[in-house]
Amino acid sequence: MLSYFLRRLILVLPVAFGVSVVCFMLVQIAPGDPLTAIMPVDATAEQQAAMRAAYGLDKPLPVQYLIWIANLLQGEMGRSIASGRPVADEVFGAVGNSLLLAGAAAVIAFPIGTFLGFLAGYFRDTILDRVITALSITGVSVPNYWLGIVLVIIFSVNLGWLPSMGAGPGGSQDWHWDWAHIRHLVLPAVTLAVVPIGIVARTVRALAGDILSMDFVTALYAKGLGRGDVLRHVARNAAATALSVMGLQLGYLLGGSILIETVFNWPGSGFLLSNAIFQRDLPLLQGTILILAMFFVGMNLIVDVAQAAIDPRIKRT
Amino acid sequence: MSQTETAIPAQAHRGYWSAVLSRLRRDPVAMACLAVLALLVLSAIFAPWLGLADPYKGSMIARLKPIGTPGYPLGTDEQGRDMLARLIYGGRLTLFIGLMPVVLAFFIGGALGVVAGYVGGVTNTIIMRVVDVFFAFPSVLLAIAISGALGAGVLNSLVSLTIVFIPPVTRVAEAVTSGVRQLDYIDAARSSGASALTVIRVHVIGNVASPVFVYATSLTSVCMILAAGLSFLGIGVRPPEPEWGLMLNTLRSAIYVNPWLAALPGVMIFATSLCLNLLSDGLRSAMNVRD
Repeated sequence: MLSYFLRRLILVLPVAFGVSVVCFMLVQIAPGDPLTAIMPVDATAEQQAAMRAAYGLDKPLPVQYLIWIANLLQGEMGRSIASGRPVADEVFGAVGNSLLLAGAAAVIAFPIGTFLGFLAGYFRDTILDRVITALSITGVSVPNYWLGIVLVIIFSVNLGWLPSMGAGPGGSQDWHWDWAHIRHLVLPAVTLAVVPIGIVARTVRALAGDILSMDFVTALYAKGLGRGDVLRHVARNAAATALSVMGLQLGYLLGGSILIETVFNWPGSGFLLSNAIFQRDLPLLQGTILILAMFFVGMNLIVDVAQAAIDPRIKRT
Repeated sequence: MSQTETAIPAQAHRGYWSAVLSRLRRDPVAMACLAVLALLVLSAIFAPWLGLADPYKGSMIARLKPIGTPGYPLGTDEQGRDMLARLIYGGRLTLFIGLMPVVLAFFIGGALGVVAGYVGGVTNTIIMRVVDVFFAFPSVLLAIAISGALGAGVLNSLVSLTIVFIPPVTRVAEAVTSGVRQLDYIDAARSSGASALTVIRVHVIGNVASPVFVYATSLTSVCMILAAGLSFLGIGVRPPEPEWGLMLNTLRSAIYVNPWLAALPGVMIFATSLCLNLLSDGLRSAMNVRD
């Protein structure tokens, strides 16, 4: 197991390197000068050069990358151009809120998706299967930022049951596990959960259907096993694949929550990202994307290893 | 020699596709979706000849008129512009930015995948490792990152979405190509002296194109949602152009005044993406391709 983990880890390193290069290049492809946002309009050529040198922008690209990555490895991600605060502080505060939202959506989506998908796969080609299949394709096709707006119209504007903005009463940024805060989590988490419900249901349906039609299932029934015992075997066979889909979905929830965070003014990494974009705050943009992408890379690694732990067949390949 | 070589697969190809089409024609859901999509595309293309109101002309006194107002069948937006006209004209940019990246990715990613799969070796390693890196980003994040860095604009959205969809297409094309490459008839063609280019053109493309094409169609719905999402965030199409995502964004502040009007552009995005998904599913089962 440990050697499998180390092998995967070695494979991840070049990807992590590539991700850091892409994040570094994001600032390079941006049009205009990254300093225009803070440079006084009447700055003299000397002042401009001094500023450029202070930010290290006068050096060749590969050198800039090496300096950037060396700082990064020491936990130093530069300062936000707009706020002047360290990027790391801003990003980690926001990522916590995004994780909370993504986690809540996962807690809603995974059990529901698995249950629906299993029902559809078990009762394949019945009315129940058709209804669930139709529901899950609808879930996969819905633009969730629009769904968020529709839910706000229904539950905030018309019914007045749930708040439509922020992560707590009076725009509070600190999370507490009380109803006053959880109320704010309901709509964004449900909105975010819809697409993964559809994806998980579709995956589990296909998986359950495939496994149920395998010979070993017939053999188990022939052996005289009850329905419950057979299902346990089926679940074990499906677990590794289902787990990997859910792990990836959790990563997508974290990376994809930006649109939903914008709809609900949720103070997470997506909200930070859209602020960074509109203030042309490139170090903050770069830092947020890097952290989120690294989370996703780490998530994939965990999924791979967990899959191998569940299903010994995977380790051999 | 090359004539007989090309003639056979070309004919087999036509037979295959007509079988697929006749199976697809018997699928009522897929046909209904095709009709809806055709209607959306045609009305967007022929919008100027449909006798619609000017989608750019606003009116300060006729703002946020509800659906069903005389003269404004679907009401007016926050600047008093006719919603029906804007929704139909909006299809032009929305559908273009929503579909074009997948078309571009199909050709670019398909070419990269075929080359990687057929040539193998170092070429394969280089192409596929770069693809791995882009796979390390969730697609929404990558699209927003590139569009956010490049800034708003139609061309920038096209570029960023194409970059997002090239890696998955490349991966599928590479997998299919390396499978095909191991078949005996490829060896036969190679040993009869055909050059790599000829083998790819004559024997590989025909076998790789259809699974990759079906896979690409399954990406169109995500691409639509993402493209409109970029405009919704304000990093896609610039105002005052009519575009569904952007309209959803500008109408958001009107949800307390006229909520269902504000939801209309999203209905268009939803309907299009649902039809694209259902049509892709129909095509997949008609072609009997499994993922």
